[in-house]
Amino acid sequence: MKNLKFLLAGVFFGIIMFKSEAASWYRIQEMFRFQSIHMYGIIGLAVALGVPMVWLIKKNSMKDFTGAPIVFKPKAWSIWRYLIGGTIFGLGWALSGACPGPIVVNIGAGYGGYVIVLVSALLGTFVYGLVRNKLPH
Amino acid sequence: MELIMQPWPWYVSGALIALIMFIMLYFGKSFGFSSNLRTLCTMCGADKFAPFFQFNWKEQSWNLMFLIGSGIGGYIAMNFLSPEGYTVAISESTIADLANLGFDTVDGFVPASQFSWEAMSNSTNLWILIAGGFMVGFGARYAGGCTSGHAISGISNLQPASLLAVVGFFIGGLAMTHFLFPLIY
Repeated sequence: MKNLKFLLAGVFFGIIMFKSEAASWYRIQEMFRFQSIHMYGIIGLAVALGVPMVWLIKKNSMKDFTGAPIVFKPKAWSIWRYLIGGTIFGLGWALSGACPGPIVVNIGAGYGGYVIVLVSALLGTFVYGLVRNKLPH
Repeated sequence: MELIMQPWPWYVSGALIALIMFIMLYFGKSFGFSSNLRTLCTMCGADKFAPFFQFNWKEQSWNLMFLIGSGIGGYIAMNFLSPEGYTVAISESTIADLANLGFDTVDGFVPASQFSWEAMSNSTNLWILIAGGFMVGFGARYAGGCTSGHAISGISNLQPASLLAVVGFFIGGLAMTHFLFPLIY
């Protein structure tokens, strides 16, 4: 099954999100109160390693495992969608204590409230799809 | 094994997240979780209501496998890789702030008073979950990505758009934590 490797990568990701406590509501509160380096260290180090990684991949025109070139699709610049959309996302991130990955991780960990959060996130995505033509992008 | 059972320090976790990003790139995909929400909407028939959902969701099945895997990972970490009576060790100042909001005890991975099955019988709790999830789903698609797509993948690629999205994440998160939490809790 060709998708098995993605399932395993997801298992690895889920374990990291839990063991790093990045999926913990408590850690998100601590982050937004600037009371620990923990979350900033996680995200900061991931990016500090990610920047040279992406740079090296581009510089060496690295290929993926199938031999196809690894390509990065840059996001088109605009202000409104990132600022307003990002702000709405941030409100939800702090309120639910989880971004989309950790929502699923918490469901796996057995916290039933996150089933409601996930269903509601799907509803939010659906409503965005309905009204996106009326929103500034 | 002893080391695995303890919470992982940030410098281990941060490096492993970068490794995940590399693995996904090597697999020929990009690391971005929230596009799964759109895919799931399409699978549920949202394509009948808006063109935004009209695409071949099967092309995204790899990412859905990643989603299922992350749930399994959460299950494994909670049940087999955590010590008995595990509680997240947040800072004293956060514990004090949360106590002021009415969170008397810091217990478990997330507050059971908000996220357990039992907590949902309280309608205020339920609305908090609904509002939080809705804004995550709406905002992630409006902003074109979430923490993985923008804060990790996008900034690693030095995209100004992702940096602006992360600024937005913090405007929203800080406003919720410092202005709205005292009104909600």
